[in-house]
Amino acid sequence: MTAVLFGITLIASAGVGVVNLITEEPIAEAKKAATIAALNNVLPTFDDNRITELEIDALPIKVYTATAAGEVVGYAVETMTKNGFGGAIRMMVGFTPTGEVINVNVLEQGETPGLGTKMTDEGNPLITSFKGKNPADMKMAVRKDGGDIDALTAATISSRAYVDAMNRAWTAYQHVSAAEPAADATAAAETEAQEGGNQ
Amino acid sequence: MNKLKIILSGIVKNNPTFVLVLGMCPTLGTTTSAENGMGMGLATTAVLIMSNLVISLVKNIIPDKVRIPAFIVIIASFVTVIQMLMQAFVPALYASLGVFIPLIVVNCIILGRAEAFASKNSPFDSMLDGIGIGLGFTLSLTVIGAVRELLGSGAIFGCSFGIGDYMPLLFVLAPGAFLVLGYLMVLFNKLAKK
Repeated sequence: MTAVLFGITLIASAGVGVVNLITEEPIAEAKKAATIAALNNVLPTFDDNRITELEIDALPIKVYTATAAGEVVGYAVETMTKNGFGGAIRMMVGFTPTGEVINVNVLEQGETPGLGTKMTDEGNPLITSFKGKNPADMKMAVRKDGGDIDALTAATISSRAYVDAMNRAWTAYQHVSAAEPAADATAAAETEAQEGGNQ
Repeated sequence: MNKLKIILSGIVKNNPTFVLVLGMCPTLGTTTSAENGMGMGLATTAVLIMSNLVISLVKNIIPDKVRIPAFIVIIASFVTVIQMLMQAFVPALYASLGVFIPLIVVNCIILGRAEAFASKNSPFDSMLDGIGIGLGFTLSLTVIGAVRELLGSGAIFGCSFGIGDYMPLLFVLAPGAFLVLGYLMVLFNKLAKK
């Protein structure tokens, strides 16, 4: 009896292991392709980027500093929140070097279809509230909470989560761009890359 | 003829959702749109066919006392394999269904069919049963999803009719799942009895 059960678990785990070996690489590639697609969507053309990993409110946040010909052209922040209606929401937010929001790309969400999922649509109220504006000039909260952001109809919780993630992205942007002397980008870029130990 | 009967029985007479009333958790949870319902149904079908086949093949060497853990190990392995394959080769589909895939393990239809059918019948018949029950589950979930999507957000398979703002949102939310399931169950059983 024990032997049979042992045999079955052995074969099953071997099978899963083999499939893992086959799929490991394609999965990593698919994830990488998704990240690159998101970066291109929220940033102007760039030829190189480096990653700074931060932790804000105990959540991992990644900042991609995009450079073209050695000059910083924008920052993309991979931000997240745990306050979504359906769990965590992960987004990619693009900032210009001066802090205006270029675009927002929702990478992962589990919101209610037809309500919170509207945050992924083109031209939804949330994205238009942010696009082209500098978060420093506005109150980062939905109108219901006295802020400047138009919420999605009937999806206040999703909208608050979205703004929460945007706040975190803004904090991360400030953190990284402050460490970046904009004028002398090339020299700073090299030292920073070494300190961070990134790609 | 008999073989066809096995498949048809899974769709009508033994329809897992409307007649056997099994697997209610994924049924209620994932049918917020027709597409989600169909995706969940198809993924479950794939696991069901493979687990039925394998369980039927190994049924004679599994001692009665440990059959449930053995079945669960087999089912869980197939679910993991399908999850990894989807993640690797159809990342777009995985992104929209990702959270539901691990839920297939706890779907009692699969364990139920392993117990009730695959452990008593030939491998080929078990596979047909898997196809039948899987199709029945997929059809039911797609119909429930389509009705909820239409009533709740004025769209079917994501094609909006531009009336979304006037529709009762309730149907996309949890209470709508119970209402739609209940009425569809009545309708199905009334039609199936004739």
